[in-house]
Parts: sequence; C-alpha cells; structure tokens
Amino acid sequence: MNEIIITSAQYTDNDNAIIKATINGTEMFVPLDPANRHYAEILRQVEAGTLTIADAD
Amino acid sequence: MTRARVLADFVGGTSTISGTPTFTGTVTGAGAGTASNLIINGAMQVAQRSASTTVGDSATYKTLDRFAISINGTTAGRATMSQATDAPSGFGNSMKFDVTTADTSIAADEAFGFAQRIEGQNLQQLAKGTSDAKVCTLSFYAKGTAKTYIVETRDANSRQVSATFDVTTSWQRFEIEIPADTTGTIANDNSTELQIIWWLHAGSDYTSGTLNTSWATSTNANRMVGCDSIFDSTSNELFITGVQLEVGETATPFEHEGYGTTLRKCQRYFQKIESLGSVAAYNAFPYTGLSRTATIAKVSCGWITILRSAPTMTFSAASDFAVVNGSGSAKAVTAISVIRTNNNSGVVEFTATGLTAGQATYLTTNNATDPAISVDAEL
Repeated sequence: MNEIIITSAQYTDNDNAIIKATINGTEMFVPLDPANRHYAEILRQVEAGTLTIADAD
Repeated sequence: MTRARVLADFVGGTSTISGTPTFTGTVTGAGAGTASNLIINGAMQVAQRSASTTVGDSATYKTLDRFAISINGTTAGRATMSQATDAPSGFGNSMKFDVTTADTSIAADEAFGFAQRIEGQNLQQLAKGTSDAKVCTLSFYAKGTAKTYIVETRDANSRQVSATFDVTTSWQRFEIEIPADTTGTIANDNSTELQIIWWLHAGSDYTSGTLNTSWATSTNANRMVGCDSIFDSTSNELFITGVQLEVGETATPFEHEGYGTTLRKCQRYFQKIESLGSVAAYNAFPYTGLSRTATIAKVSCGWITILRSAPTMTFSAASDFAVVNGSGSAKAVTAISVIRTNNNSGVVEFTATGLTAGQATYLTTNNATDPAISVDAEL
C-alpha cells in the first residue's frame, strides 16, 4: 500500500461537498468524487477507523 | 507493382506515391508519428510542480508530471528527485534521483520507487483479459550507480509481472517485453487500470520469494526479488528518460513530441495556475466573480483543459492572494474556502475586508512572489 499521511479532515460547509484536509503536510480541498485519489484515500482511512471527518464549523 | 508493395514501400519510407491512391483494410505502422506511446511525459520535459524536491517521506507526485513516488512501509532513505539535463543523445531531460540520506537497515515491509499510472480507457488496445491479449514492450534509457532494480507491471486486478534491469554508469536503453495476459480485463474508464512501477529499494517482504516473470496474482514475496537498494549509500544516483510503453514485441524508436503536446496531456491530470508576476495591480489570475458580502468574494475558476476527475485544489497560501472589487484597491485575502469543484471548473470563496457587496471581483496576487493554485486530478 502507498503511504499517504492525512492528519485532519473537515467538511467546508453544511452541503458536505468539499473536505478540507491536511495531506502529507499540505492543506488541500478535496471534492467528494470517488475518482479523486485523495477522496478515495480519505474514505479508505475512515473505513479503517484511522480518520474521522469533522463537521463544518 | 502491387498495391501492397506500394504501401509497404511507402510505410518503409522508400517510395513516393503520387496521385490519389485508395487503400482499404488495416495499415499498421510503428515509430515516430504513430502516437503509440502509452506513457505521458516519457522524455521528462514537463515538471509543473517543482524541478527539484526531496523524496522518500511520502507517496505522492513531487516533480516530473505523471510520475508518482511509490512507497510501502517507512524508509529512512531520502533522495533529491529532480528534472536533470543529463540525458542520452536526442533527449534534453531526464529524471534524477540523488541519495541524500542513506538507509542501510531495511525493514521487511519497506519499498521505494516511482510509477506511472494509466487510465483504463487509454489501454483498451491491449485487449487484456481476452483471447486477443497483446504483448507490450516497455523501453527506457537509464544510467547511474551500478545497481539491479525491478520494473513491475501491475493491473487493477492485483495481477502483476516483474523484470530486472541492470543499471551501469553509462546510458543504455532497456527493452522489456511484457507478456500478453488473457486474464484480468481492463475497465474502460478513467480509473487506474495499469501501472508501471520502477522499484529502487525493497525489504524482505517483497524479495524473499522467486521473481514472478509471467502474469500472476500478486504475491508480495515474488514482486521485487533481486532488487538492490538505491538508499545504501549517499553516493548513489539514478537517471532515467525516454520511457515508452507500446503494443507489440519490438521497441520502436522513442516517439518524441512537442512540449506543448506533452504539457496538454499532463494537464488532464494536474494544472498549476500562476499569476504572471508579483504586482497586484496588473498581475491578475484569470478568475472573476462577485463580492457576495463585505467580506466574501465568490470567484469562478475554469481549468485550462478538462481534467480526468473533479480535482483537489491547493493554494500556495491565503496571504499570497488579493481580491479587487469595483474600482477599489486590492484587498488582502485572509482565508480561502472551496465550495465546489468538478472536472471543468470550481467555485471558491476568498475572505477579505473592505469589499462592497454586489460588485464584480477579480482575483490577483497580494504582491507575493510565487502565488499559485494547483488543481490535482492525478491517478
């Protein structure tokens, strides 16, 4: 497996269309598109129980 | 002279055809001009992200477009990965790895290398998983510290085949035949259906078996048998360029293409959008919008070309940007929030003070030296 380090994840608004995540030390805005590799990795880590997506502020 | 002879001579470059002849059936050619290379940026010309950076800490795209760092486990080894100008005759660039931190204690689960991932819809001509499956040939030029490394071809069905290649201190072209595989079909979509991985460092989890040289379901112990470690000394380096993957049993000459053609291919997967300079007054980004409130400017961003998927957006720093509305001066951005992205465009809200709700807005630089927006739809 490839090592992608995600240290935080939070929806940017109440529509839950974008996740603001810190990935490999960089803040990124990730769309909820299954074809997006960052979103796929977020889903994988959530399913593995190692990451939680916080609600929007 | 038969039509077949005329056609053969024409394809072979030994005959001139005049008039308006008509040919029927299938014409097969090879080499320059046939657009047969399934690898993008094989001549290492495009490096939108960076021309040089440290690798070994994470699996991601670092420098040259379309070539990802692949990592399993955690290695202490580090290298500078760069776009180099040391290249064989006929090439202007190569990819270089120059080891800066050695790792001589290799944990069993460690592996390090680089890869190119290919969309399934670009691979249908392989007829993989059918009785018509085609042999492919991977070719590339490499030189560096004398080492044996592994190149692995791996599909989305966890099937793989490996081969070794022996690098010397002189440039040489490697030609590796990838057998036809009648098992494991390739989905006709935009997902990763095949990847070519060059392994440069591997622990015993991947080297303790027998190297798998024909297509089979992946067994880790058989993937990288015989792989040396590029990380065993800070004196080690590796150069590679001219990467080509083509259908057929013969490696044809590398298919050179214009820089603009390669850049546009790369931009399906990644785009770095920059202002032309650092002065806010006349170095705007090509993005406009509306001041939704006195503190929020909502801006529409279109991509240079259609992306493979909805992209991840990254900004160099909020403080690098400013927004202008009406006839006012540039207002420094203090926060950024992406509202939507798809493969065609995105909508972004920039927070600043002193805006006037309802006025038109454009995005510019906040007198920053290198402001940039990255959109990433890589595999």
